[in-house]
Formats: sequence, structure tokens, C-alpha cells
Amino acid sequence: MVGGADATQPALSLVGITRRFGCVTALDDATMHVQPGTVHALLGENGAGKTTLMRVAFGLVQPDAGAIVRSGQTLRFASPSAALAAGMGMVHQHFTLVPAMTVAENVALGGRGRFSLKEWAARVHEIGARTGLVLDPLARVSELSVGAQQRCEIVKALARDVRVLILDEPTAVLAPSEAQELLRWVKHFALAGHAVVLITHKLRDALAVAANVTVLRLGKSVLNAAVSDTNEAQLAAAMLGSAPLQGTGVLKNETAVEDLVAPINASAPLVGVSLAAITAPVSLSDAINGTGRLKREPGRVVLRLNNATVRDKQNVVRVNRASLEVHAGEIVGVAAVEGAGQRELLRLLSGRLVQSDGDVQLPAHIGFVPEDRHNDAMLLDRSLVENVALRDAGSREGRMPWDALQRATRTILNELQVRAGGADVEARTLSGGNQQKLILGRELALQPEALVIENPTRGLDFRAAGAVVDALRTARAGGTAVVVYSSDLDEVLSLADRVVVMHAGQLSDVAADREIIGRAMLGA
Amino acid sequence: MTLPSVTGETIVTPAQGRGASIRVSTIVGGLLRALVLALVAVVLLVVLLTITGQRTGDALIALVNGAVGSWYAITSATLVRAVPLALAGLAVSLAFRAGILNIGAEGQLLAGAAAATFASLAAPQLGVFVIPLLLAAGCVAGAAWAGIAAFLRQKLGVLEVISTIMLNYVAFHTVGYLVRGPLQESTHVFPQSFNIDPRAQLPLIIPGTRLHLGFALAVVIGIALWWWLRDRAGGFRLRAVGANARAAASAGRIDVARTTTVAFLASGAIAGLAGAAQLSGVTYSLYETISPGYGYTAIAVALLARLNPLGVLGAAVMFGALEAGANAMQRDAGVPEVLVSVVEALLILLVLAADRWRTRSVRMAEAST
Repeated sequence: MVGGADATQPALSLVGITRRFGCVTALDDATMHVQPGTVHALLGENGAGKTTLMRVAFGLVQPDAGAIVRSGQTLRFASPSAALAAGMGMVHQHFTLVPAMTVAENVALGGRGRFSLKEWAARVHEIGARTGLVLDPLARVSELSVGAQQRCEIVKALARDVRVLILDEPTAVLAPSEAQELLRWVKHFALAGHAVVLITHKLRDALAVAANVTVLRLGKSVLNAAVSDTNEAQLAAAMLGSAPLQGTGVLKNETAVEDLVAPINASAPLVGVSLAAITAPVSLSDAINGTGRLKREPGRVVLRLNNATVRDKQNVVRVNRASLEVHAGEIVGVAAVEGAGQRELLRLLSGRLVQSDGDVQLPAHIGFVPEDRHNDAMLLDRSLVENVALRDAGSREGRMPWDALQRATRTILNELQVRAGGADVEARTLSGGNQQKLILGRELALQPEALVIENPTRGLDFRAAGAVVDALRTARAGGTAVVVYSSDLDEVLSLADRVVVMHAGQLSDVAADREIIGRAMLGA
Repeated sequence: MTLPSVTGETIVTPAQGRGASIRVSTIVGGLLRALVLALVAVVLLVVLLTITGQRTGDALIALVNGAVGSWYAITSATLVRAVPLALAGLAVSLAFRAGILNIGAEGQLLAGAAAATFASLAAPQLGVFVIPLLLAAGCVAGAAWAGIAAFLRQKLGVLEVISTIMLNYVAFHTVGYLVRGPLQESTHVFPQSFNIDPRAQLPLIIPGTRLHLGFALAVVIGIALWWWLRDRAGGFRLRAVGANARAAASAGRIDVARTTTVAFLASGAIAGLAGAAQLSGVTYSLYETISPGYGYTAIAVALLARLNPLGVLGAAVMFGALEAGANAMQRDAGVPEVLVSVVEALLILLVLAADRWRTRSVRMAEAST
């Protein structure tokens, strides 16, 4: 174990933490030591127990066994307020802000006694000046960007004089540039003597800023190491529980880890196309012509935009005279920072939004996988069969063919290896990754002419992400025109045959070069 | 408002949905449920009677006799009372299934009754053919009354919970005006309408009782709605919109505005039919208190049935029996009727709590596998 040997006392130690929920063991003898003045990365697949372990440290979950030690004292946090009092702060993956309230009010929330807006506004200013997390204390949270909301969450924690700050997947909701900025801030914050625990499943984020790393798998801490003593391949292997992949030790820094691990799923029946990625993980230089993608003549044009303009309800132009052709059998990647109009572009391409101006030609069948699947794609309280039946429900006539839909659902469950308790269980009983696979399977059933997909692997663990990527490549091989947007530029680059960039409503073709795309996204 | 979470029975288990066995077991299950609920109701009533110091035995005997004590009690008291509850209950459950919180069945029912009174004036010209006319007039008036709320919701985003409740008051006072004005009986003494022409009265379906054609209508509509929601594309669209309108629009490409508006109007039409049937089947004249809150009790009926149309028929009969029994209890044993209202309310709370508990235990069982 890394921490114990150190001369300084750990800022936070979790020793032998075990926690069961019913007959599921979420944490099984998990141990980690966080040193003051460092960033400590906590890695693991979805469901490995990362968040649960941190909820134990923050008093939200009581452990069945094990100890929490802070600066030499064994503590027991009966509640988050006890943890707060002991200098712990946590920023949850899903924000816990009150949208209708101002920044200052949100920061003050949970305090006692008289509330003075003036005092708290001054406090927000002061924290901004001290840490660089600048916010307008009187702005309503509902009007803030996602990045600013996250700053507000952090400021909220800092207002309580935190010494150990836990950040749960902080970059998941951020655009790449914002994510970089946040990680820089985290490193800086730690250097000032604080301890930071960074929960993530992005290896590169972890390696970029962390001094130490703990990997959880199935609730066990399978690896505790200094970052300088380990590498991406070792960490990936520890997370997945397989032997280190041969020949991947020299991964180039640009390689998306998702590409590395996608082939784990190669036994899935839908796979085939991505097998190449096992033997030759895609580095960026060969990403364009390399083995990871199919070289083929572009097919016929399936989706066509000609000077299409979209205005929102306030009559603001979101997509400005965009022209684009997407061919059968290709994957076009859309790169953009949050709010550049890509959301409207994707809905336009999938026929979910009508242009205010210009020409749009779309095929009859377009699959669409939106990023907010709970609100936009699923009936959570309904059976999987009914969720599958939802597709084309708008144009269906006569009887519902329940028998056929039942068979179709079973086929999707089999082909995409969706883990579910049968076709008749409620959709909400599925994990996020399995929900995503179900929706993708539904949208890809019957070979649609086109598929539009938004953040295809957000929030998914390696295996689920690999299955989704494989399904997309299989669809392309079958002649479907695929448009994919991801807020993770590396994902766009690893998936797409060519990339278009959206900036401030303007769509432009660019060479598939990370630097060029990155600059175009920022309008530089 | 926590009502939308009660989205009713998970409709079909399509795997076995065609098999006769599942239908039989569903019906048996429903009957068992009803039986358990009836027992619980009796137990609750006994407790309440004891607490309030009533003569429990006498009261219970009066209640049971009044509800199911004789052929006449069953057909002319219980089932006759069940008709408006069943129709209005079907109206409520249809709207709730589509995610529309139509609390206005009461007002739509009154609108239907008023329209039917007007339509009955055509009896001299039409003879017995005035009956389909007045039933249709009830439907149209109910739909129009609901249509006001539907329009406000669609165009201006006014919450239908608020607008339908308000429209209930408007309907009540409009009927009050009508029975003191244009529709008042010829002596101009009582605040009620003339008696409708005998040719405009609904035929009785069992001779020697008071059970009228409205009962058959309720049963037919209940079965038809159940089948339509379960088996037809339109029914699935309505349920999908009710379950998640955004997903229905995006993933299902369903015209949500159209679906909800049609469901709202249909709901109003069925509630209006309840009013027309009550007028021409039971009261034969219009007055302000023609509905002692049927439209509100109907919400309870719909929730008790978990929004399942077949269940609504059963729940309406059960409530009809309770109210017929309560009436007899007050008359014969001097026990206040309101005790039964308390029992009804407690039953609904129990059913809602049991549903929650069941769903949660199912989810926990699934999560731990």
C-alpha cells in the first residue's frame, strides 16, 4: 500500500470498508489512503463501487465493516453534516443545486442561523478571488452553463472549509476545454495543501493530474499505486480484471482507452468489424487511414442538408445555413463544444426538428439515440417490450403486434447482450449501459437508412461502451449512414470516418486532425 | 399531486397475452383483490362504528341489507348507483392514462346532464329516437366542457388540474341558473327543471327493477376501452404519452398534442354521457345536486382500479354497494352516512400504499438478483 509508508499522515484513510446491499456486496474490504497536497484518482468500471466508497467517506452510507481515519483519528460519520464538520466535501456526479435559487443562496444552503445575501455574496466573491472559481453570486443557477454549475458545486463545498474534496466524475458533463481547465484547477488546489479524490473512468484524466491511484473492481481495491509506478495498460487491466493486454504497454497518449478495451467484448455476436482494434490499437496518426476503420467508397447520399437554418423559440439562430451530405456506410463525427448548435443539428438530421429555412432531405427510417435517454428515449416504468414498441408508434395503425414485438425484444437482448431479467421487466431495472444497448438495438433494428447518436458512451463502462461502438461499426458495415456527436473529442476521432465541426451554429468540414478540430471547435 | 405515479396495470404480458389461461388468472386475481378489499372495508367500518359508539351489529346488518340484501337492493340500489361512478370513473382513468389530470369529470357530467335536458325537448318530434340524441348531446357537451380546459392547456399551458376544478364550479352554477331560468319547471317554484318526456327516459334493462340502459353502456364502454388500450396502436400511443410524453414524441414520433387533446375530449365525452344517463335513467329532471360528487368519487374509483377499465367497472360496483348500504344504514340504523365516506377514503389510501410497497419490493428483488 502506498499511503501507509509515507512519512506524512494521510489526510484520509479508508481501511477495509465493506458494505452490502441485500445480497449484493457493493464494497468488499476496500482500502485507500489519500495524502494531503495530492490528487488521488479512484478508478473502476461502472458499478465497481467507486461512488459507494466515497459515499461512505462522506457519511451518506454507513459501512458494515472497516474504518475511516482522518489525520490519525478514527471517525464515524453518521451523516453528511458530520462529514462536512470534519472537513470533507463532495461534489456529486448529478448536481445537487436548487435551480431557482441564486449562486449565493445555493452556497449558503445547509447553513444555520440568519441568512444574509450580502455576506454570502461577499463569501462567493472571496472564494472566487482566492481559488479562481469566479461566479456571479446573484445569478440564478438555472441560467448557468453546466461548467458554471459545477464551479458552483465546488464553491459550495469550499465555503465549508474543506480539507478533503471528493469529485465524482467531474469531467463527464464538461466540454473538453472546460474539462482541461477543471483538471488544471484540481491540481492547483491540491498543491495548496488540500487532498482531492477524483472519481473517474477516464484513465487519461487520472494520469494527468493524480499522484496516486486506487482501482476498484467488484468492490475490492485491486490496485493502490503511485501514478509514476504504473501505466494505462496496467490500470486498464486492473479495472477489467483481465491479464494485461499484450502489446499495449506502449500506448500512445492520444489513444482513447475505449478503443483499447472495446475488443474485450469481441465474443459478442454482432462484433467483427472492430476486431482489428485488438491487434492494432488506434493511435491518432493511423486513425485516419489505419486498421481501425473500413476503407470503402462512400455510398449514395442518405442525409442531405442544404443551407438549413434552425431557429429556437426565441428566434435565435441555432444552426446557421448548414450544408452536409452523409453517405450510406460512413460514420460522420460532429465535434463541438457544448451549446454550439450541435444539439439542434442532430435533431434536424434525425427528423426530430424541422428547419426554419433551407432544404433537408431525409430517408423514411432514421434511428435516433439522444443523450438524455431517461427523458427522451425510454418509458422507465414500462416493460422492455413496450419500450421497443415505442419505435414507430406514431405511424402504426390497427392492432399492436405484441407477439412479434416480444420476439424482436428478445432478439435485441440476445444480440447486444443486454443484461435484463427478461423482456417483460420494467426498463428502470436495467443499468445505464444496458438501457443504452436496448435503445441502440431498438433504433438499429430493421436496418434503418440512417442513425443519429449523441454521446453514445457517456456514463457507460468499458464493456458497455465497447458493445455500443461495435454495434455502430456493424451498422456502418451494413450500409447505414451514421452521424455521431460526442462531447469527448477522442471518441469522435476514434469512431468517425470524417469529422465536421460545429461552432456558433456554423458547420464546417475539417481535416481529421486533433489540433485543427480543437481549434475549429473554439472558433480559432 | 402524486396522482400521475399511479399509471395503472402493466398492461399486457404479450408473451402469454393471447392465451386464455392468463386472462382467466387475471380475472380471478381481480376478483380476489376485490374480495380482499371488501373484507378490509368491512373491518374498517366495524372499527369506525366501535370508535364512534354506534350499535355496530344493527348498522352492519342495515348496510349489508341495503347493498346486497335482496335482488332489488342489488339491481336498484347498488348497480344503479354504480352507473354514474363507472362512466365517470372510465372518463377519469382514460385521461389519467394519457397523463392528463382531469379533475373535471363532475363539471363535464353536469354539462352532459344539462345538454340532455335540452335534447329531451325534441321528444314530441322524435319519439323514442330522442334517446340516442340526448345521449349524444351529453357526450358532445361533456367533450366541449373538457375542451375548454384542453384548449387552455394546449395553447396557454394552463394546468388542467386547476382549470378543470374551476370549470366544475362554473358548471354547477350554470346548472343553477338553468333550473331557475330557461329550464325551470312550469310552476316556477322549485329550482329544478321540468320532468323529461317519458319517451326520453332510458329503458329499463331488467323489468321490475330500476336498472336502466346506462348500466349496459358502462359495461360495453369499459370492455371496449380495456381492449383498445391494450391491443390497438392508438391505445398504446395514449399510454406511451402518459408514461413519458417527451420520449413518446422523440423516440415514438407520436403527435403528443393531438393524442392528449383527443384523450381529454374523449374523457369529457364519457363523463358527459354519465350525466346524460343519470338524467334520463334516474332523476328524469335536472337540478343542481343531480350529482352528489360522482365526478370526484370517480377519481377514487379510477385509482382504486389502478386505472384499468375493467377494474373501474368492479370498483364502481363496490362503491355503489357501499353508498347504497350507507344510505340504508342512515335510514334504518341512524348511523351517519359520512362514516362510509371515511371508509372509502381509507380504502384508497390503502390501495395506493400497497401499490407503492409492491412496486418497491419488486424493484428491490430485481436489483438484488
